[in-house]
Amino acid sequence: MSSPIHDPIAPPLPDAETQVKTTTCYMCACRCGIRVHLRDGEVRYIEGNPDHPLNKGVICAKGGSGIMKQYSPARLTKPLCRKAGTERGANQFEEISWDETFDILEKRLSHLRATDPKKFALFTGRDQMQALTGLFARQYGTPNYAAHGGFCSVNMAAGMIYTIGGSFWEFGGPDLERANLFFMIGTAEDHHSNPLKTQIGDFKRNGGRFVAINPVRSGYAAIADEWIPIKPGTDGALILAIIREIIALGLYDRDFLARYTNSGQLVNQDEASNEFGMMLRKPDGEILNPLRPHNFYWWDRLSNQPVADHAKGADPSLFGSFVMPDGTPAKPAFQLLKERVAECTPEWAEEITGIPAATIKRIAHEMGITARDRKIELPIPWTDWWGEEHQSVTGNPVAFHAMRGLAAHSNGFQTIRSLAILMSLLGTIDRPGGFRHKAPYPRAIPPNVRPSKGPEAVQPNTPLGGAPLGWIETPDDLFVDAEGQPVRIDKAFSWEHPMSSHGMMHNVITNAWRGDPYPIDTLLLFMANMAWNSSMNTSEVRKMLSDKNADGEYKIPFIVVCDAFQSETTAFGDLILPDTTYLERHDCMSILDRPISEYDGPVDSVRIPVLPPTGDCKPFQEVLVELAGRLKLPAFTNAEGGRKFKNYPDFVVNYETAPGSGIGFLAGWRGKDGEKSLRGEPNPKQWEMYEKNGCFFQYHLPPSSQYMRNWNKGYMDWAQQTGMRRDNDPIIIHIYSELLQAFRLAAEGKRPGKQPPAELRERVATYFDPLPIWHAPLEDAQSDLTNYPLNAITQRPMAMYHSWDSQNAWLRQIHAHNHLHVNSRTAKAAGIEDGGWMWVESQWGKVRCMCRYSEAVEPGTVWTWNAIGKSAGAWNLSDDANESQKGFLLNHLISEELPANAAGKRFSNSDPITGQAGWYDVRVRIYPAAADEEKVSSPQFEPMQAVPGMVKEVPAWQGWFAGKKGDGQ
Amino acid sequence: MHPALSVLFLTTLIGAGQGLFIALFLLELLGGSSLSSGFFVGGSAIVVVLCVLGLIASFFHLGHPERAWRAAAMWRTSWLSREVIALPAFMGVAFLYGAAHWSGAGFTLALGLLGSILSIVLFVCTAMIYAAVKVLKEWSHPLTVVNFTLLGCASGACLTTSYAAFFAPALVAPLSQATFSLIALSLVTRGAALVRNATLKPTSTLQSALGIRHPRIVQKSQGAMGGSFNTREFFHGKSATFVRGVLITLLFAGFVFPLILVLTVPMLAFAVQYAGLLAERWYFFAEAQHPQNLYYQTVS
Amino acid sequence: MTQLALVIDLNVCVGCHACVTNCKQWNTSGAAGSLSDLDPYGADPNGTFFNRVQTFEVGEYPNTETVHFPKSCLHCEDPPCVPVCPTGASYKRKSDGIVLVDYDKCIGCKYCSWACPYGVRELDEKRQVMTKCTLCVDRIYDMSLPEDRRKPSCVLACPPGARLFGDVHDPESAISIAIRERGGYALMPEAATKPSNHYLPRRKTTLNLRDDDLCRSDNPHRIDGAPFEPNLPPIAEEL
Ligand SMILES: Nc1nc2c(c(=O)[nH]1)N[C@H]1C(S)=C(S)[C@@H](COP(=O)(O)OP(=O)(O)OC[C@H]3O[C@@H](n4cnc5c(=O)[nH]c(N)nc54)[C@H](O)[C@@H]3O)O[C@H]1N2
Ligand SMILES: Nc1nc2c(c(=O)[nH]1)N[C@H]1C(S)=C(S)[C@@H](COP(=O)(O)OP(=O)(O)OC[C@H]3O[C@@H](n4cnc5c(=O)[nH]c(N)nc54)[C@H](O)[C@@H]3O)O[C@H]1N2
Ligand code: SF4
Ligand code: SF4
Ligand code: SF4
Ligand code: SF4
Ligand code: SF4
Ligand SMILES: [Mo]
Repeated sequence: MSSPIHDPIAPPLPDAETQVKTTTCYMCACRCGIRVHLRDGEVRYIEGNPDHPLNKGVICAKGGSGIMKQYSPARLTKPLCRKAGTERGANQFEEISWDETFDILEKRLSHLRATDPKKFALFTGRDQMQALTGLFARQYGTPNYAAHGGFCSVNMAAGMIYTIGGSFWEFGGPDLERANLFFMIGTAEDHHSNPLKTQIGDFKRNGGRFVAINPVRSGYAAIADEWIPIKPGTDGALILAIIREIIALGLYDRDFLARYTNSGQLVNQDEASNEFGMMLRKPDGEILNPLRPHNFYWWDRLSNQPVADHAKGADPSLFGSFVMPDGTPAKPAFQLLKERVAECTPEWAEEITGIPAATIKRIAHEMGITARDRKIELPIPWTDWWGEEHQSVTGNPVAFHAMRGLAAHSNGFQTIRSLAILMSLLGTIDRPGGFRHKAPYPRAIPPNVRPSKGPEAVQPNTPLGGAPLGWIETPDDLFVDAEGQPVRIDKAFSWEHPMSSHGMMHNVITNAWRGDPYPIDTLLLFMANMAWNSSMNTSEVRKMLSDKNADGEYKIPFIVVCDAFQSETTAFGDLILPDTTYLERHDCMSILDRPISEYDGPVDSVRIPVLPPTGDCKPFQEVLVELAGRLKLPAFTNAEGGRKFKNYPDFVVNYETAPGSGIGFLAGWRGKDGEKSLRGEPNPKQWEMYEKNGCFFQYHLPPSSQYMRNWNKGYMDWAQQTGMRRDNDPIIIHIYSELLQAFRLAAEGKRPGKQPPAELRERVATYFDPLPIWHAPLEDAQSDLTNYPLNAITQRPMAMYHSWDSQNAWLRQIHAHNHLHVNSRTAKAAGIEDGGWMWVESQWGKVRCMCRYSEAVEPGTVWTWNAIGKSAGAWNLSDDANESQKGFLLNHLISEELPANAAGKRFSNSDPITGQAGWYDVRVRIYPAAADEEKVSSPQFEPMQAVPGMVKEVPAWQGWFAGKKGDGQ
Repeated sequence: MHPALSVLFLTTLIGAGQGLFIALFLLELLGGSSLSSGFFVGGSAIVVVLCVLGLIASFFHLGHPERAWRAAAMWRTSWLSREVIALPAFMGVAFLYGAAHWSGAGFTLALGLLGSILSIVLFVCTAMIYAAVKVLKEWSHPLTVVNFTLLGCASGACLTTSYAAFFAPALVAPLSQATFSLIALSLVTRGAALVRNATLKPTSTLQSALGIRHPRIVQKSQGAMGGSFNTREFFHGKSATFVRGVLITLLFAGFVFPLILVLTVPMLAFAVQYAGLLAERWYFFAEAQHPQNLYYQTVS
Repeated sequence: MTQLALVIDLNVCVGCHACVTNCKQWNTSGAAGSLSDLDPYGADPNGTFFNRVQTFEVGEYPNTETVHFPKSCLHCEDPPCVPVCPTGASYKRKSDGIVLVDYDKCIGCKYCSWACPYGVRELDEKRQVMTKCTLCVDRIYDMSLPEDRRKPSCVLACPPGARLFGDVHDPESAISIAIRERGGYALMPEAATKPSNHYLPRRKTTLNLRDDDLCRSDNPHRIDGAPFEPNLPPIAEEL
């Protein structure tokens, strides 16, 4: 054989100049460390950074396709202004300069700020810079600010934070390194994409047992040892039945419950009292924290009398019914939980969930027995909050992870609270093998940031009188006016959705359009595709965006969209701000927002540009810093009234949460010379130091502070010193939530202070149950379930991020269009063929799509991949691209509001406690498309054309080859 | 498999040419000097033209025709390489054979013998390209060689008959007898292959392809929604009705009609048979079930 | 003799496609590139990829397994794709057993792809040469990379670590041990190609519960009293 001519090992462009730069991926919100290899200035290869604590060198399908995002022909490169004389939505734009753009914005926003700041609304989608956007909104003085959390997973955050002071998602997770048994509930992919996959891989290799509870077996569930299909929206019932079984069999971790949860605390059972259902307080008990007194009672079972909680030598009764010396009847919280679940038998849950009672019992036993019999003991001495020294850290190796399968239902808050309670019963909170917190969590229940409290917080030319978002502790924290009506445009923190900690972005457009509670002037959308996949009821919302008043003025007078690509939403902008890509800008994953902490301590990270901006793209951060300077927002203005920060990097280095606090956006290399961590004066060389360290900063807590942090004295002191927490009081798990009970009392008129409007009293009283409940998703009650018998849900494909990867030539080959996945029996019964065209219809609308038979879906459920379907021409795809012709968007079937109730009132289609969007509640029916129907998905929209600054003619082919400007470009 | 036009034309055109050459040689051998040299010159010219056309067609099959010369390199292992050597060799000899007849040189019979041997060798090489693909059970069988050879000879004989009908009517009768027998014989062997292939049980299954022992396995996604080389090269992409139509065409146009025509209207016989052979070759590809297709069944 | 290969662990492959795009990005700008994409922004986008992940459903609801199945060239020990190649463009390296295509020799006749039973060769439609997994030969010998990064791009990318790389002829290599101890198998053994790449099957971890697991003398009911009488298991000492 002759020798090869082509040398397979030789570098293809031997003389090319190559460089490797470190930064942070942003193909999704996981935020892995990456190393970007450049060849002659073009991206040649993006690899996972092996030194990075998060991904440890691995990278996902999206991260590996960053090249195609960077060089995508869908990129916006010029600031654009809607062409005079054209209609909004017609997608006709003219190029303008940044100077003109800033002038327009400055004029409009300074006028609004001087007159009525709430007329400016700023909402952001999948961004990671809420520390800055939130600060901007607050300084501007508008209450109308939120990020995607409300339509994303606030139930997950709130349900757990209000119970254990931490959550899954970015705030904590399962310790799969030490767990033996792992339950994954309602998760397809989640934010912690890469680390979770790595951990599951290791867990399985180590012989761990993995059970997936999900109506669909896909993704992670595919490799589960057991798949337990469940009817959507019914997990609460399952969990309550498991709790019942655990209690019935004595499989709970009694020591843990007694000491670290409020299980033993005595609850007032005097129905006549205004304090009914509240914890009894010991007047001479230790308050610990005046803002959150801890003077509870236990019924000491040894001395058979009420004592202060955690009294030395005492052990609380968990069951029983007692009478206090003053005659008040009382029960320990755990007794109330027991009573609550008494009727929640496995047979009851089988009816609701479709899971056989025997299976429910078995998994309860698996959990309980594993937790009890496979105890972990680590030789790490630590001291608990009450001064007791423990020689070791112990744990029970049963771990859970759950996400939007629980969160995205209107009963999600209570379901997730149930889960957190179950995890607590098993004694798995911040212990090895169970759930572990990530800094800055655990935080107080609830965390200390409160939203503004009333309309007086909004004043012209003044920063907002409180945070725009926060955590409601009592009804008095609600952001409502004297009549109990909402102050925010999205009605967050009102009686309709009191604990809507992340706002309710999914209602902004509808509310603004309707002028309910008031009309606004300018809506600035950053990084959110609200005319498509992040809106429910998409077809109607698109109409609202360009709807006009009788006087010919748009109902939402001015819309500004900041995006990096031409999305469905940019068509509705009056002004478009072209953002850079993640490879072209400075960013930070701040401890003040959602850092990338590990279980053993805080971690934050940055992006540092590896490429210059394309065209006239400008990072949104720079836009905000510039605008804040022009508007003279106090935090951005120096004593002389001049501009305080040169640019965003300068802002990040020099901004402090309070003058001299030593706490800023970044925790690493603080102090004049970078010698301090977490807290310290600004360091002018901070960015360089991050860059040198691979763009992240990691802090390892000593082992004695890595566990049991809710009650760990050493940890608490550290957390307070470093500003992770304001206080250092223990964070007792809320098996029973008197916070919720306070709302119920208010609704019953038993509580002074803010009162719900009469028409909302019953609603508040129903859902604000201090004990976990399961109720059917709200939409069920208002749907004809015989006519719409199926649940329709979506899930995340691992190789696609929301709507924004269809412009990516590699990723779209993997998911060019989507099918509706239907159990083959269900499909056959409906007369639908595998691969055939079909209709899926809800009470809100109908969509034509293609069917794919599946054995991996529960027969009462149909599902599809999220956000694959696109509007024709968007993302610079051709008009006949698969995404728009064969792909479909389920959102057209989901309403942002529930059907009107008897009084004609339409509530948001959301969890009544948190305002979490109920994406997965929709009920549908399916039937075949007629043979003579067009073989095209429906609905269709007028195709979008390329706007100025975008590549006009997309290539018929391309072969990316860095350094040669990619052949065929 | 996906039938590529280039390959259909290549194999049918050179096959007819090869058969024609063998017929010419046999006529010369058996018929002696009774035939004019013009008949052989013309015949050889047709052989060469057919081969050139085939060769041109084959270039359309190549991604890099300018490198076609490289294809001769691997004759030790590759039947394709051998074909690439045998075809020009055969063409050269056919040319020389014609030239020898034209110039009256005396060694025509020797050249004819050499050319006929090369023709057979070429049949074997061409057929072995397919028969050597072990994973294609439909092809990987001695019948493939037999059929390529017999069909080539039958079409060559038929072409000779048609040719003779114009230029040497005296030969038509014996030639049509011989052609009839050859077509009939090839019908038997091709028919045998059709029957065999129709009843062939695939040795590879989804179970062996994935290594999962379960009777019910269904593909849900092939990883590329817009298709790929693998979805184009190995599928004919036509409906079952179309394929059945081709089968009927190949049986009638390839065999039944030529059998009749060669005895009745020999001038037309070859034209009809050639159309039938194109159908036969199309079907030859289409009926071959590539095991790789187990991996490319469903998009979602 | 060395035979480099991949071992794919179906037990932990979650079907994330990381191996797919990271293979593409490494190779398109590498010695094997560029790998073209046709209609990258139009209908039916399709391009050259060396590695694809497919999904199969095994069994019937509710006893269903969803199997994600990554597949690239298996670098057969007896590769039928090599001898058929007329130009010698397809070859198997003696030194490490990697099967490669010499893009400067290939005439694009596609014959090798017919001979391969697995559907892992892809003709690059723009360059009109045959392409396939190179085992990242231009990475694994690149001495300018740190040793632990001298691995195929797909292996480094794979988040759950479902892709192992090494020498199957070395009985002590991690992949040989994995094949031996975890039931590693080859695809389509009937094709007699002796694939070097192997697959590790799914394994199930179950928990065997015994009745007496529910009976313990330290049952907290001893302290708290029984909550729901009928359901109460006996406490060990009472047995
Ligand atoms: N049916 C259904 N709908 C859902 C969900 C569901 O499960 N089912 N999930 C919901 C959830 S949880 C979420 S979080 C939302 C997500 O929905 P969105 O927040 O709308 O997220 P994307 O679709 O990713 O769109 C964000 C926009 O950001 C743009 N973008 C990308 N990179 C950049 C950049 O660097 N700078 C700027 N300025 N813009 C950029 C994209 O082009 C895109 O237009 O979808 C929700 N919608
Ligand atoms: N690759 C990729 N990664 C992403 C994203 C992305 O778009 N692409 N998006 C990011 C964002 S913004 C978010 S919010 C997270 C979301 O991460 P996930 O929570 O994993 O999001 P979903 O895809 O909504 O997954 C929901 C899962 O719940 C199941 N499910 C639905 N209803 C129920 C139910 O009632 N009970 C149970 N038990 N299961 C149910 C669905 O079948 C699905 O498997 O992912 C993040 N990560
Ligand atoms: S999971 Fe993937 S896309 Fe997300 S940050 Fe990590 S590498 Fe990037
Ligand atoms: S898998 Fe196919 S291409 Fe790869 S060596 Fe084996 S036969 Fe050749
Ligand atoms: S396509 Fe290229 S590598 Fe394959 S057989 Fe032909 S010449 Fe050889
Ligand atoms: S070894 Fe390299 S070429 Fe082969 S599939 Fe993996 S990344 Fe692609
Ligand atoms: S990267 Fe790993 S887990 Fe993901 S599809 Fe490939 S082999 Fe499977
Ligand atoms: Mo989300």
